Amino acid sequence: MTLIARGARRTWLATTLRIGILSLGALVMVAPFLYMVSISFTESTYVLTTPPQFIPDPATLANYEQALMTQGLPLAFANSLYIAAISTAVSLLISSMMAYAFARFSFPGRELIFRILLVGLMIPAVMLLIPQFILAKHLALLDSHLGLIVFYVAGSLALNTLLLRGFFEAIPGELDQAMQVDGANAWTRYWRLAIPLARPGLATAAIFTFFASWDEFAWALTIINTPELRTLPIVIRLFAGAGNNAVQWGLVFAASVIAIIPVIVVFLAFQRHFVQGLTSGAVKG
Amino acid sequence: MSPELRSAGDPSADRGWRGARPAGTRPPDATRARARRLSITPYLFLFPGIALFAVAVLYPILQAVHMSLFDWKIVGSATSEFLGLENYRRAFADEHFWLALGNTAFYAVATIIPQIVIGLAVALLLHRRSPVQPFLRVLYYLPVVTSWVVVSLLFRFLFADQGLVNFVLGTETSWLADRWTGMLAISALGVWKGIGWSMMIFLAALQGVPRSLLEAAAMDGAGPWQRFRVVTLPAIWAALAFVTIMLVIGGFNVFISVYLMTGGGPAGRTDVLLTYMYEQAFGSLEFGYGAAIAVILTALVLCLSLIQLRMFRDRNGGFAE
Repeated sequence: MTLIARGARRTWLATTLRIGILSLGALVMVAPFLYMVSISFTESTYVLTTPPQFIPDPATLANYEQALMTQGLPLAFANSLYIAAISTAVSLLISSMMAYAFARFSFPGRELIFRILLVGLMIPAVMLLIPQFILAKHLALLDSHLGLIVFYVAGSLALNTLLLRGFFEAIPGELDQAMQVDGANAWTRYWRLAIPLARPGLATAAIFTFFASWDEFAWALTIINTPELRTLPIVIRLFAGAGNNAVQWGLVFAASVIAIIPVIVVFLAFQRHFVQGLTSGAVKG
Repeated sequence: MSPELRSAGDPSADRGWRGARPAGTRPPDATRARARRLSITPYLFLFPGIALFAVAVLYPILQAVHMSLFDWKIVGSATSEFLGLENYRRAFADEHFWLALGNTAFYAVATIIPQIVIGLAVALLLHRRSPVQPFLRVLYYLPVVTSWVVVSLLFRFLFADQGLVNFVLGTETSWLADRWTGMLAISALGVWKGIGWSMMIFLAALQGVPRSLLEAAAMDGAGPWQRFRVVTLPAIWAALAFVTIMLVIGGFNVFISVYLMTGGGPAGRTDVLLTYMYEQAFGSLEFGYGAAIAVILTALVLCLSLIQLRMFRDRNGGFAE
């Protein structure tokens, strides 16, 4: 056997091994989801049997019917959708304005204000639950969707501003100059020039913010009491109850599948943006 | 991560409006006057965001410290009694606080190390371009984008007495009914959900590893491990620092998975600091004590972050550069 042939065979073997290991790992990552989907189509008597049933037999849509008929799941879905949509829109508007100021102007206190904003990244949401609860009580925001939106927007500002600042800084200054010569004021330059050119960044920030608001649990759990105001994560948690015994897992997972399908669809559609945004902050440092 | 590095040496930093004119030219008086008049503009752009941030984030941070010094009464007209540092003394004398802190530390260690090691290993294996690369990348990332509530309930199901984990391992362990096996199950969720995230950061960082250096090292007879240690590792150092710090912050903030998988039980044995805090505040209405726990946790996380920043800086003389 020639040296080259031996080398080629070694490479081929290495590649096969590499893909093999990676596929096995990927299977571990995906298996829980597949099992969850399978359980969502399983009649409750066949859940948690030994040996476990991986392919539902008989398969049933009863869990989905029940999930959609009872306990306000469709309403919770709508609540989550519109809360996430409004939070995302508002957050994008005001964080892009901040990012524009940081990227395009120099002014006293710029770095100080930016640093204070970064503190928002270091202080995790759950730690602020107690004082924010007291604040929301004083502002009469408890048990309201506005109370969710205000704090979701506030919580997303730091990350979005950091992300969008980078995108705005990448826009050539000459374009701004040209518009300024034409007499465009700062707002026009922001709205007509920077915003359209930073569209990939805005898409990334939009996905991050939307996912975060869609999934948020602790704050919604704390301030929402009225059943009609509940969001999706809260309703799913209620499906699962507290103990382990009487849980209707088929129902829980049918609701879970309904909740994560939009996320997965959006993620797959915007995957490229998402990855770009995720890594731009980290690698640029 | 480091704003001072961004602006250092930025020649436009002293100008009213960045990028308005080539460096080194003096602006005509009219432009200068205009620049001065413009100077309120950046604050107008900042105002809505900063105002909201100040009210909803900064003020609560200060408020948490303030509350932690009181026996805070939330109900009606009851007055809150000033306690000074009593809540802190109480925490340090509270056995359950230490148990929760121990569990939090266990979770942090048990999740951070595998997320870094496995995440990096997967990234190294996945780095080479191939037709399956994007597909596999998405599969590894899927748990990251999925709701914490959903995956926490899913793992509670998998770790149930008659669940899949016991079936696969051939065991009959009541995972969630004991402190350490419960923490192990919760940590397993943390690792599974987080690997995709660290992998993605490492994948991006690996693109910055100079190929020529790797090839040169291979020509000089360096084995894979030596190439990794001498060429790859220094090149991804900033990403490694970022991942580690973010994972420490995330690890000490574990809440939803504990709350939904074990509820802190049995008898609070799997409580972490935040579930204990939550229970104290919203269960027992001990808002001052809960706030003290949150402040201690925040201080702990900030200290750990600073220590790490220093460690990573010492290694190559400049963080994230």
